[in-house]
Amino acid sequence: MQDVFLAATFSWELLSLGPKGYGDELLWGALRTVQISFFGYVFGFVLGLLGAVGKLSGGPVLRGILNFYTTVFRAVPELILILLLFYAGTDSVNSVLIYFSRPPIQLNGLLAAVMVLGLVQGAYSTEVLRAAIQAVPTGQVEAAKAFGMSPLKAFRRIIMPAMLPNAVPGLANLWLNITKDSALISVVGFTELALATRQAAGVSKQYLILYLVMQAIYLSISLSSIKLFGRLESNLRRGQPKLS
Amino acid sequence: MRWDWWPHYLPNMFYGLSITLQILVFSVVVGFLLAVPIGLIQVTGSRTSKGIAGAFCSYIRGTPLLTQIWLLYYGLGSLFPLIPGMRENFMWIIRLDAYWYVLLAFTMSFAGYEAEIMRGAFLSVPKGELEAARAYGMSPGKVLRRVWLPSAVLKVLPTLAGDVIGQLKSTPLAFTIPVMDLMSVTSKVRQDTYLTYEPLLHLAAIYLVLTFIITRLFAYFETFIPVRR
Repeated sequence: MQDVFLAATFSWELLSLGPKGYGDELLWGALRTVQISFFGYVFGFVLGLLGAVGKLSGGPVLRGILNFYTTVFRAVPELILILLLFYAGTDSVNSVLIYFSRPPIQLNGLLAAVMVLGLVQGAYSTEVLRAAIQAVPTGQVEAAKAFGMSPLKAFRRIIMPAMLPNAVPGLANLWLNITKDSALISVVGFTELALATRQAAGVSKQYLILYLVMQAIYLSISLSSIKLFGRLESNLRRGQPKLS
Repeated sequence: MRWDWWPHYLPNMFYGLSITLQILVFSVVVGFLLAVPIGLIQVTGSRTSKGIAGAFCSYIRGTPLLTQIWLLYYGLGSLFPLIPGMRENFMWIIRLDAYWYVLLAFTMSFAGYEAEIMRGAFLSVPKGELEAARAYGMSPGKVLRRVWLPSAVLKVLPTLAGDVIGQLKSTPLAFTIPVMDLMSVTSKVRQDTYLTYEPLLHLAAIYLVLTFIITRLFAYFETFIPVRR
């Protein structure tokens, strides 16, 4: 009967900051969600750039490896990958430590979450960036070569600025995906927004309210990201002819 | 690598596989059937109905599916005992079974994602085709049934394959509430045998095979789409 009574009453105290409410726990969780999403995204972007360049200009062996990476990582459910990579990462770090006869450590949760999300994200980023680079007109790349630019300079000065606007819609999608996929990190026990809310709801028994608040936070992250990426694209496209 | 657990858990695996496939097929079929009217409302509806349909899609697409499952099962589920007489009611049995919550959550999720895609497909049908249909004296319902809907669905079919695979890839989320899907069976194996990698790799392999089968299936269906040569 106690539970029923608790679930029927609601006061704003539940969401207050401080020891009585869960507002601070939720906000801290939201911060963690944005943190792991952001760093995982950046890590994935770097992997994606390397992967895309490797796929486009690498030898058959490198291309084969990268194809395997992008195919498998995009076909296996993220949840399974996250579990596999989390345990594999922790184990491999510890086996290296044991090899050097050091005691095993508990891997930093934040670092592990970022690595895992980034590795998954990298597979998708590779494909988005590869397609965007391929959409750059070959004439521009040849002109850069004709000016005597080194491949690195041509990439930095010509290919990057020309391909980024093409990549932004895909990259925006990936960012929205990673903010949502970051909730999966909760299954390995990293306290981000979803797990923080789950713990708060488990203690207070206010499941409905707290889950609604959590979803509102996720939704506001998504909606504000959509706005930001829209602005970013129009900024990157300045000076380019309008699309249709 | 230890695989001696495999024969012992095979029946459970098949049971889990059947649950996973049930979730997938039910949510894709019913979700798509819901997505068509929701997408249509977003194109033709009044301002309020457009707003409601759009808000539904933003909500589904803007929040993690994991949290939607939790909201339904733990959040909404916590309300049912408040309704007087609910405990004695037969609905109580349904409320207890997480399976129904998973079906509902996955169906709504697929409907939300597909409704947005159907909206785009409805908009991308050339105006001339619809005007021609109207000029033939077809009623609005007939235009929809004979011209607008078939042409929109044909446009969606290639992207539908990717979305169904996406839906398949989210089915393991069902294990976060008490549903005996493939993922739950796998985590039970992991708990019983203390193995970390083998059951997960086994699960990943099953999902790879399922993805491959779906890709093939849709490639086969796409051969039926008439293309102008």
